[in-house]
Amino acid sequence: MSKNIILCGVGGQGTILASRLIASAAMTKDLEIKTAETIGMAQRGGSVFSHLRIGEDVQTPLIAKGEADLIIGFEPGETVRLLPFLRKGGAVVVSSSPVMPVSAMIGKTFYDPEQMLDYLRKKVKRLMIVDAIRASQELGSAKILNVVLLGAAVSCGELGLDAQDMEAAMKQRIPEKYLELNKKALAWYTD
Amino acid sequence: MHKEFLMGNEAIALGALAAGVNLVAGYPGTPSTEVLETIAARNPGNVYVEWSVNEKAGMEVAAGAAYAGARALVTMKQVGLNVASDPLMSLEYIGIKGGMVVLVADDPGPISSQTEQDTRTFGMFSKVPVFDPCSVKDAYEMIQEAFDYSEKYGTVVIFRATTRVDHGYEALEIKDPEEYQIHLPEGFVKDSSRWVIFPKLSVKNHELIENLKDVFSEYERNTIISEKNGHAKRGIASQGANFGYVKDRLKDRNVRLFRVATPFPFPEKKALEFLDGLDEVLCVEELDPYIERALIYVCGKYGLPVKIRGKLTGEMPASGENTLELVDVAIEHFLGETHNNDDTAESFDETPQLPVRPPVLCAGCPHRASFYAVKVAMKGKKTIYCGDIGCYTLGNAQPLDMCDTCLCMGAGIGIAQGVYHTEPDTKCFAFVGDSTFFASGITETINAYYNQADLTLVVLDNSTTAMTGHQPHPGTGRTMMGQVVEKVSMEKILRAIGLKVVEIADPLDYEKSVETVRRVANESGVKAIIFKSPCIAITKPSGRSMVDNQKCISCGKCIREIGCPALVLAEDGKRAMIDPSLCTGCTLCEQICPVGAISGGKRNDTMEGVKGCE
Repeated sequence: MSKNIILCGVGGQGTILASRLIASAAMTKDLEIKTAETIGMAQRGGSVFSHLRIGEDVQTPLIAKGEADLIIGFEPGETVRLLPFLRKGGAVVVSSSPVMPVSAMIGKTFYDPEQMLDYLRKKVKRLMIVDAIRASQELGSAKILNVVLLGAAVSCGELGLDAQDMEAAMKQRIPEKYLELNKKALAWYTD
Repeated sequence: MHKEFLMGNEAIALGALAAGVNLVAGYPGTPSTEVLETIAARNPGNVYVEWSVNEKAGMEVAAGAAYAGARALVTMKQVGLNVASDPLMSLEYIGIKGGMVVLVADDPGPISSQTEQDTRTFGMFSKVPVFDPCSVKDAYEMIQEAFDYSEKYGTVVIFRATTRVDHGYEALEIKDPEEYQIHLPEGFVKDSSRWVIFPKLSVKNHELIENLKDVFSEYERNTIISEKNGHAKRGIASQGANFGYVKDRLKDRNVRLFRVATPFPFPEKKALEFLDGLDEVLCVEELDPYIERALIYVCGKYGLPVKIRGKLTGEMPASGENTLELVDVAIEHFLGETHNNDDTAESFDETPQLPVRPPVLCAGCPHRASFYAVKVAMKGKKTIYCGDIGCYTLGNAQPLDMCDTCLCMGAGIGIAQGVYHTEPDTKCFAFVGDSTFFASGITETINAYYNQADLTLVVLDNSTTAMTGHQPHPGTGRTMMGQVVEKVSMEKILRAIGLKVVEIADPLDYEKSVETVRRVANESGVKAIIFKSPCIAITKPSGRSMVDNQKCISCGKCIREIGCPALVLAEDGKRAMIDPSLCTGCTLCEQICPVGAISGGKRNDTMEGVKGCE
């Protein structure tokens, strides 16, 4: 098996933890795994990404344009930004909730999230839009969005890992008291 | 041995522990910081670890340990090496007893640095051998070899990794603590003919260093991967993360590969072996055209008719980080292939306008309140706001626009003086963070006081080294060994220098802060305001602010003036709204709202979870 996965969003949204969970799950299956991500200044409200490559004979953690099997987007605009990485026929999971940049708030720049979702609908056949607001209301937490997105990613099959693999990884990385909530979040999209 | 999923910097740290490192010092800086943090977190108990006050101090502490026979590691980012270059340049002449590795993280791009300087070139300049790892696993093994090499030749060595290795992750086999080497230092043996640098010793040792020559051609990580059918006329030379990019993109083409793992001293014999029979070589590297120049030199020295291509011939970009796409195109061009627009990729044209996201100060950041107070107090006056290195460089963003200059650690205080001596009618401000003040702001402040400058020093004291991930510093009263120690007081330092006016203010008390700035800036000479309020990442809010929809008059002042990411427009596109998941309850917006429509914010100033401490 060989999978190229990109996670993207805005600093502080939990992309890195999600990337760790996928890596842990892949490790329990004894697959080779390499990742690369943005750390540092960009984390302060900037665009962040995580490249994740699973398989045999992975030479570099970076993924070339047009070679990602799956993009997990935590934010509509960031997902469109990284869309050129998607391979033909690849899948996209995207959260419907935007993060508005300060510069757009004070009218110095422009950002229309709905335009982004429309563009994704037009361009991506295998698109899963996660209603992040409904998910956080039903689950009672907004901080669990990353696991909800992972659940949607599992359901599309492009992760190469199933719900059991992810649950096993969560057991390793998430404190016991949050485990039940995380399991619910993982199943939320398919339920 | 056991398997772990590790960041490059974690692997480097665990490799150093496996090599029996006794002392580790450093100063935080992206992308190097996690090395020292991991050593502290995974300390088997016998390793001394410190965040030094700056890189020069760290280099000297490590040198002292190595003089006494300890295995020592000092960590920093590339610009930190500039600060530590004074001891390093001389240390190469003196040499060491215990193995000493200088870990330097370079940052092609640059992603979080001021420069794209290349530590390989610095190694050549300072005559210090350089190791250049190409992957996380490679880095883990190589750092252990670097210690052995350092001891074998009695020289300090540089271990230079770049962001994609430092911050890349891999699952790899590593040693268990029981398998770590145990290194018992002999202790310092007095010998002034060895440890005291005098001109006579310098000239003798200079000759010895120049004789270091080609010690790396046999080093197994300087590798040649032969072409498949044995008749290649073209070769690619590469290094670091780029070596992975080349292998990933090259696929089955018949090209000879050369990986340079030790750029200095350059493995000349190995290079000759690589060049043998080739017509052309493409150099795929980041930062300086280092390998390219070295191969041109080898070709010139031995009269080889090989065309060396790369940055100097315009076939690779002179600056910035390399990408797989870029390497792909460069290889195709080099091999004379036409670029095939393969149909595996979708075309994503007519992309809607993407959001622009420059990094900004966090919601509730006390620096925002400090900058805003100065801005309001100085409205209409001729001013310069000299910024410095840290989160507060982000004060340059709109709408604050409170950072007119930024050069390097501590430089703002010096620049403000130069501007004052040139334009005495300008109100000069220098902003400096607490960690930066300790690292390199004190001498600059003494210089200003002694040389009769007129400026206001604004210390932004958030009780941590925030930008690099909340490391302790002399003002926090905690060390990396977990000790609680007496805090070094910035106020006392400033008063000891001779400053008559040193005021401490809470930046989250808006009106009082503005009044303090007005009063202090009117004093003559060098005066200081210490704005003291902890970083939002080390405190928890106890109440979040809310906008009263009935009272909000949709004037937009809160959003327009302070640019807090938690302040957003409500669905009507006019009223202000506060994102409760981001608000920290700093109350700055409550204090500037003209109609008192915002309330409820409350800040809990107890510090929690300062990294590296109990």
